[in-house]
Amino acid sequence: MNGRVITVTSGKGGVGKTTATANIGAALASIGKKVVCLDADIGLRNLDVVMGLENRIVYDIVDVVEGRCKLRQAMIRDKRLEELHLIPAAQTRDKNAISPKDMQRVCDELRKDFDFILIDSPAGIERGFKNAIAPADEIIIITNPEVSAVRDADRIIGIVEAEQKGPPKLVINRINSDLVERGDMLAVADVLELLAVDLIGIVQEDQAVLVSTNRGTPIALEPRSKTGQAFRDIARRLAGEQVPFTRANGGGFLGRLSKLIRAGSKKDA
Amino acid sequence: MRSLAGLLHRRGSASTAKERLRLVLIHDRSTLPPGAMEALRDELIEVISRHVEVDRGAVRLEIAQEGRTQRLIAEIPLKKRNTPLSDDF
Repeated sequence: MNGRVITVTSGKGGVGKTTATANIGAALASIGKKVVCLDADIGLRNLDVVMGLENRIVYDIVDVVEGRCKLRQAMIRDKRLEELHLIPAAQTRDKNAISPKDMQRVCDELRKDFDFILIDSPAGIERGFKNAIAPADEIIIITNPEVSAVRDADRIIGIVEAEQKGPPKLVINRINSDLVERGDMLAVADVLELLAVDLIGIVQEDQAVLVSTNRGTPIALEPRSKTGQAFRDIARRLAGEQVPFTRANGGGFLGRLSKLIRAGSKKDA
Repeated sequence: MRSLAGLLHRRGSASTAKERLRLVLIHDRSTLPPGAMEALRDELIEVISRHVEVDRGAVRLEIAQEGRTQRLIAEIPLKKRNTPLSDDF
């Protein structure tokens, strides 16, 4: 197997990186892919609680890197999905406990056994971020339709391009259609026009995400949730399927949006 | 389809946000510091003026965006040739 390493990052904190990582991971596993999620936010780990696996941690990524355990021992298997795994971050150490080289080594090992290695990046552009993108084959950038999140996303896109990681893919998270309709929130088409990158997902603002996080059950596993569907759509797109962006998750300016997407996919071809 | 209220509100805060972002991203992406544009403009005029007379007041220099690529665009109008003949000619 030659797994794909995909880093989920954003620049700005609080836009939904960890939630997206957990949900995309769960969605990929639910379509039969072998997935491991790796928390690269050392010192501020959270992917474990969002995935609902916090009570089963024995070892973490720093233990692996420092040779206190085997990679397999640090891996927690999800209780709902056989193919979903987590490698937690260390909570009592800092970002300097591991290096970009360590991350590459760990990921090269993981590529042999998994289809997807999803890395949850810390916010910012410092060491932790560098660790997170060093082994990446692909980058997913999460943003919100809000000035500071879009600005930070643009910085990250610039850095990722300079690092020759290829064009990143964008997830626009927490779109509120009512605000977009009122003209008080940037529409998907606005964000795409500003950032000029390809879109891979649109996720509406949804209080059910808070509820599912409270329970430690990714919303992607709830078959009737629209937000869950948005994450499952992202997973299918990552797996290579052509999944159309629908009105339900578009939020206004659909005509312009689909035009932009068509232009984007033509560029790829 | 957008509602009528939505259309009337097109100049809501979102369009302000978009315009502000558009400008701030031009500067964020540029390796040219904001103050350097003026200096570059003056130096360009100086160099070009050595060869041809330039309409200094009408020179425009700006950074244009094409996708994620930036392009420095200079518009440098030249002075007209047909200046009136001087009296002592």
